[in-house]
Amino acid sequence: MSATEEVIKPDFAGQQKHFIFNEDHDRLRESIGAFVEKELTPHAEEWEETTFPDSVIKRMGELGFLGLSMPEEYGGQGGDYYCNLVLAEEMSKSGSGGLAMGVAVHTDMAMPPIHLFGTEEQKQEWLVPAIKGEKILCLGITEPDAGSDVSGIKTRAVRDGDEYVINGSKTYITNGHRADVIVLVTKTDPDAGYDGFSLFLVPMDAPGVIREKKLEKLGMHASDTALLAFQDVRVPASAMLGQEGKGFFHIMWELQGERLIGAAGCVAGAQVCFDKTLEYAMERQAFGRQIGKFQVIRHKFAEMATKIEAARQMTYMTAWRFNNGEYPVREISMAKLYSARIAVEVADECIQIHGGAGYMKEYGIERVWRDMRLNRIGAGTDEIMLDVIGRSYGL
Amino acid sequence: MNDSLDLRPDFSAAGAAVPPFTAEHEAFRASARGWIERELLPHADEWEADKWYPNEMFGAMAEQGFIGLKFDPAYGGDGDEVAAAVLAMEMARCGSGGVAAGLGAHMEIALPPIAKFGSEEQKQRWLVPGIKGELIAALAITEPDAGSDVAGLRTTARPVDGGWIVSGEKCYITGGCRADVLVTAVRMAGTERHDGITFLAIERGEGVESSALEKLGWHASDTALIKFDDVFVPEENLLGDVGQGFALIMANFQWERLTMSLGAVGAMEVCFEQTIKYAQEREAFGRPISKNQVIRHKFAEMATKIEVGRALSLHALRLHVSGQNAVGEVTKAKLFTQKAAVEVADECLQIHGGAGYMVEYGIERALRDARLGPIGGGTDEVMREILGKTLGL
Repeated sequence: MSATEEVIKPDFAGQQKHFIFNEDHDRLRESIGAFVEKELTPHAEEWEETTFPDSVIKRMGELGFLGLSMPEEYGGQGGDYYCNLVLAEEMSKSGSGGLAMGVAVHTDMAMPPIHLFGTEEQKQEWLVPAIKGEKILCLGITEPDAGSDVSGIKTRAVRDGDEYVINGSKTYITNGHRADVIVLVTKTDPDAGYDGFSLFLVPMDAPGVIREKKLEKLGMHASDTALLAFQDVRVPASAMLGQEGKGFFHIMWELQGERLIGAAGCVAGAQVCFDKTLEYAMERQAFGRQIGKFQVIRHKFAEMATKIEAARQMTYMTAWRFNNGEYPVREISMAKLYSARIAVEVADECIQIHGGAGYMKEYGIERVWRDMRLNRIGAGTDEIMLDVIGRSYGL
Repeated sequence: MNDSLDLRPDFSAAGAAVPPFTAEHEAFRASARGWIERELLPHADEWEADKWYPNEMFGAMAEQGFIGLKFDPAYGGDGDEVAAAVLAMEMARCGSGGVAAGLGAHMEIALPPIAKFGSEEQKQRWLVPGIKGELIAALAITEPDAGSDVAGLRTTARPVDGGWIVSGEKCYITGGCRADVLVTAVRMAGTERHDGITFLAIERGEGVESSALEKLGWHASDTALIKFDDVFVPEENLLGDVGQGFALIMANFQWERLTMSLGAVGAMEVCFEQTIKYAQEREAFGRPISKNQVIRHKFAEMATKIEVGRALSLHALRLHVSGQNAVGEVTKAKLFTQKAAVEVADECLQIHGGAGYMVEYGIERALRDARLGPIGGGTDEVMREILGKTLGL
């Protein structure tokens, strides 16, 4: 076999670099990676019980990790979109899906609309402190009676003089128990169809905002998930974010960035699971050899590696388009669909390869399996992704 | 990024050319596609039925400069590997996997070893006329008793004065019935496994017998069983060094698998486009069948496979053309795309309903043609073995 080995000698450790990342990204990756390894990963298990502390956000703000692609004038790092990808990938290595998700909601879901649609006052009030990590953001779209059908939301904002009065209910709200402000999707004109929605920046300590319930979930335990009620909550008219009546389209835009970041997180999380499992398969012995040397196991790893690389390339190619000024809704949907799906498949196969140990909390694989399962649903279900993709062809 | 406050996606807008393709490559793509659809596609049915396409097509391809795209301009080529990759994607537009494979094999797997390992004299003898389409080459490695296990090949070269006497058998050789020269892997007499594997360029002549094998698909392509019955091969026909053959084989596989990956992406697109049109026209229960959510989602799944396959293949291509060793990436791309192409063709057949089963609609041919992909150029199982090895397993 020596000739074969000679031919396949080159170093395969680590993936071959993609052209979207330059040396600055590499340095950023190293510095975030070091922070994650030192200050986050050791607490992952503990935070599954308690959820992660607010101080994590503060610390990340101090380190400049929360405004990587935000303008320097607001305290951001002024980087490109790829910096956000790097953050999502490195956060996935913390071993805590809930932690990664909570931070991502802050940096890549609630923050971008404030930056893009906010007035100068709004940016000073919320964007600047959010980048510092002094204020925590969350996003309120989903309601008990409206998830996939965003246009079916019923939370109402009614104009009353200089104010709006908001009534309604939001559920599955990540960071809902810790956030200082919520980017809230409301209906301002019930007769205007898709043109009847508006966004508001609602302080979470406003009278009438009720954190009704802490929702218990299959996974993402390090993340607090809220059922919220809004009872006659009054906000000044100046709290409207973006244009009146354009809320639906504003949030559709937000969802694109959210989905692509989600895809990146899925790929990175799958890779971490894979790497851990490969190590396990090289150590664990059965029937006189490392289990990784059984052909069936070897081929499971080959299939997983292929799926992960495929998802990675789809995500990077789409990020390239996005950063290039395109609005690749179709490709983003594909990247999200595919990445979420393979992450779940990889996690499941990794449990299987671990055998009994895979079922034990101690090995951390079952946590990834539980955490990943959300991604086929959150930020747009598989079924919605398929519908968006299908409709993009005129079907 | 976009500053608009009212962003709606424009799905009809073509995005920028994805690296390594440039706008020039995309213009070349359009013109190559046009030529293929005008000059090859109208003959697909006839060539499939005849189980043969004319040798003249090599000359026709050469006239367009298609054969020489990636080869050194010193021999009549263009020195543009990326353009060759574009053409590989467009070959599926010819409507016959067999024609695409036959014309492709000459360009992508048979001539490259001569270009890479041939002497100046050998390049003048075979590469120059090969690029002109005046000479047809075929690659002969696989044997009845050795496919995946290349090192198990047994065609033997016994040294004699001035050359070797070669005897043995090769099978599944694309272009093997028509080729003027067979780029053949043999083993030096008395050697075992990888040691002694050597490439000889064997010209058709005395002792070389070929016959066509009947297949599930690739009907237009002559796939040969070849017998070498004590064939004299002169020293001048040695490609590279004695015993260097295995490295030559491995080196060739990467480009072959890359073109297969890209070709599969192109083939999936053809199937998809045809089927979407069908679904939008065909009515059932009072509306186009495309309006059924299940059908819409089938298209969405297929489109996703195509785009993911494209992303994976282009990544491998970028690494390859930049001179980096991309064995892992190329292997993943080949593994993913070939299976995807079978699944897409199958789903497209399903969407066509009864019409999908009829020869007239061309979909059943696409499925039969696609089915070789997970086997030829290295089986799925071998791809997984390679990937396993890259992981240290």
